[in-house]
Parts: sequence; structure tokens; C-alpha cells
Amino acid sequence: MSDRTLFMKHDAILDLIGGMAQVLRNRLRDRELDNPAMIGIHTGGAWIAELLAEQLDLQESTGLLDISFYRDDFTQIGVNPQVRPSKIDFDLDGRNIILVDDVLHTGRTIRAAMNEIFDFGRPASITLVALIERSGRELPVQPDVIGLSPPLALNDHIKLNGPDPLSLEILHDNQTAR
Amino acid sequence: MSSQPSHKLQLNEHGRLRHFLTIDGLSRDLLVQILDTAESFAALPGRPVKKVPLLRGRIITNLFFENSTRTRTTFELAAKLLSADVINFNISTSATSKGETLLDTLRNIEAMHSDMFVVRHAQSGAAHFIAEHCSPRVSVINAGDGRHSHPTQAMLDMFTIRKHKGDFTPLRVAIVGDVLHSRVARSQILALNTLGVSEVRIVGPRTLLPTEARALGVHVFHDLEEGIKDVDVVIMLRLQNERMDGALLPNEHEYFRLYGLTDERLEAAKPDAIVMHPGPMNRGIEMDSEVADGPRSVVLQQVSYGIAVRMAVMSMAMQSQADLAGGEA
Repeated sequence: MSDRTLFMKHDAILDLIGGMAQVLRNRLRDRELDNPAMIGIHTGGAWIAELLAEQLDLQESTGLLDISFYRDDFTQIGVNPQVRPSKIDFDLDGRNIILVDDVLHTGRTIRAAMNEIFDFGRPASITLVALIERSGRELPVQPDVIGLSPPLALNDHIKLNGPDPLSLEILHDNQTAR
Repeated sequence: MSSQPSHKLQLNEHGRLRHFLTIDGLSRDLLVQILDTAESFAALPGRPVKKVPLLRGRIITNLFFENSTRTRTTFELAAKLLSADVINFNISTSATSKGETLLDTLRNIEAMHSDMFVVRHAQSGAAHFIAEHCSPRVSVINAGDGRHSHPTQAMLDMFTIRKHKGDFTPLRVAIVGDVLHSRVARSQILALNTLGVSEVRIVGPRTLLPTEARALGVHVFHDLEEGIKDVDVVIMLRLQNERMDGALLPNEHEYFRLYGLTDERLEAAKPDAIVMHPGPMNRGIEMDSEVADGPRSVVLQQVSYGIAVRMAVMSMAMQSQADLAGGEA
């Protein structure tokens, strides 16, 4: 019996991202957040960020953050063996940043990402976008734009696979990994 | 001086790096993991804030029983860029010539709650000895012991080679000069062979090459131009007069005439060959200034990359403490 359940396929996820792009566009307009720059959190967030940047017609290259060196659980789990260099080719100072992650869960990843962003410069604002928002927040982190909030059991995890095709799967109990 | 083989001692029960004492016995995958992790740290100098908080609150102690300002400084900088606090001890070799004294020194410094020792010692096996006798919650990094090993230098050299050449497997690498006294060369040979290069050569006068050279898996040359013919990488070594017991060379002028690297001689290597030197360099003895400052020299890049590689090794070794704490990656 499988411990993984396919939750959403590629086309449905693209539709979801299309909807998120529209909400994001409106939010940027309403709050007068000009000249935004996109940053995706490695790896799933980076995939979503690329797709959103395309739909928002952002000309600048999308920034990539690997927050491994900023995690607060290094003393428990050590350094990620597959760290990729963070890459932000634009000047962050005074920019309106759109920070994108695939799944917002405890909020610790976003905390680490914001700490890292401030080591690159001081942005004017950060708008947080998450494809999936789920329960289990441990820090007061609130997304500005979300794709979906699926009901998940406490021990279930949702994982984005990709980038082509994209798929969302739910991992139950013993399949969950941190 | 020590009983347990280094390669067993330096891995924990999960196969992760606990100490970094020697390249000997480490797998290709582990060496590649060090290089990959270093790649991320190498990107830090491009940022306004060059530090990461990974080892915040940890104490790293540099135990230098032998002077080496540059190596100590790169270790210190690496630790500080990881946000660790650093203590430097420069300890006279004469005060620790006996094992018991070394152990006493160790116990005293351990009482200062250090999480990691970076050890430089004139005696081969010193870092291993300390790793065997220190608390399980302390990691030991070998920053050079006698003629034995200098693994972080070898890894920064591997990092430099990968940056310039990509894949290791097709490469032909020549190590030129005083291999006999060089812990760097021994570590380089082990690393190059583990990473699967096509051919490793050592080039030098018979008096400066180890007698067991061929057992190291290298090809031996006594003529410089023949030795560097068609190679992709030329690694020049420093003449270590301070380690020579007697007159192993006629004189330095004669050495340069036979083994000094000049632009003219470098033509024997491949046109895109890079030239490396672990430093400090003796210009006009091992290498002509034209080569040292020329377009094929990557000597200064080696120094920069050394910081990233040491950050990688330190953070990976500190991970073993996460395993001790019962966490899992």
C-alpha cells in the first residue's frame, strides 16, 4: 500500500500559478509596489518564481535562495549535503521583493530566507507568495498570496516535484521527511 | 603515535566527516561533497555581508604548534565567516615534543569548551593523536602535520582544478619539485587519484622524490619538460629547505636551471594548462615571475578558494555533532 498520494498534476498547478499571478499583479498595483524583483527559495520556490516572473513579464533574472546556511536547526540536522549557491544578480537595496516558496508550513524557512535576503541588502518591502499554505505554523509568518490551503493531517506532508512536469504529492506518516 | 587508522577515525557511524585528518581512505563521493559545499561558500564574497550564521555560538580553536601565518589566517577567516568565535594558540614546538605534554595541552584547551580544534604540528600524526584523545564533542581538522598530510590544502587545490577544468577524469596532472618533504603533495596525489584523474606525475630530482613514489600510483619523471609534456595542470611545490637534513640539492640556482618553471618550459604543457603553487612561493627558484604573474597562474585564486573549502570542511565536520545530538539529516 502506497504512502504517497498524488494531489495535483502539472496542468492544474499551472492554472493555480496563473491565478496567483493575477492576484499578485493586483496586489502590486493596489499597494503601488513598483519595479518588483522575484526571488525563489530553492528548489520548489524557484520553479514557481520563474513561472510567476514570466506571467508578470518581469525582465530581470529571478533570484535564487538556498537557505541551508541560515537554518535554525543546524545543530539537529547539520548542513544540507546538496547546497546550491544563492544567486541574486540585482541590487536589493530599496527594491520591492516578491519572495516565493512552494509550501509554507512552520514559517522557519521564510525566517531564514528573510535573514539571508537582508545579508544581500535592505529591500523596500517583501511580499510573500506560497503555492501551498498549510497548518503547523511555529513562527508568526503570514503569506500575502497563496495558491491553495489543502486540509492535511498533522503528520502528512505535501511535496512539490518538478520542474517539468510539476506535481504535488502528499506523503503520509512514515514517508514524511524533514 | 596513534593506533586507529585515520580514515576510520575521521568518519562517524553515519559515514559523515567527524574529523578531517587525511584524504587517505575517504570516498570520491565525500570529496565531491566537500567541493560542492565549498562552491556555495565561494559565492559569499559577492555579497555585501560575507558571513553566514551557520556556526554561530560555536568556538573554534586554532592550535598551531608550528608557525604558519597564512594557513592560520585562512582558517580563522573561514571560521569567522561561519560566525564562529575563534581562539588562536601559537604553541612552541619545544614545549610539546612529548606526547604527554601534548595531551596536557589538549586537556587544558578542552576545558575552554571548544567545539573544534584546527591543528598544525611539525610531527606527523599529531592531529590524529589529538582526534583520538579529545572529547567526542570536538572535531579536529588537520592543518598540516609533519610530512604526512595537509588535506584542506589538497582540497582547495582540487577545487581550483575543478573550477578551471570541470571534469577530473580526462586530466593529466604534474606535481613538480620537493615531493619528498611535501605533505601537500602526498595529499594531492591521494585526492587526484580518488577523484579519478587520468594520470598523476611527479617530477623532480631523485633526491627530492620519495623512494616509494610508484606505490603512490604516480608516474615518475626527472626531466621537467618531459614531465610536464601535454599536462593540463602543473602544480609547483615549494623547496622546503627547513625540512632537509642535509645537502639534497647542489644549490638553488642549479635547481632553478633544471626544475624552475619558465614561460619557455611551460610550452611543453597543453596550451590551456594552469599553473598552481601552494605557497609561499620562492620566485626565481621554483618559478619565474613571468609564470607566477602570468595568465596561466591561478595561485591567488587558490588562496581565495582555500577559505571556501575550509568553511565547507568545518561545517561538515560540525555536522557530526548533530548526529551525536540524535538528529538526522
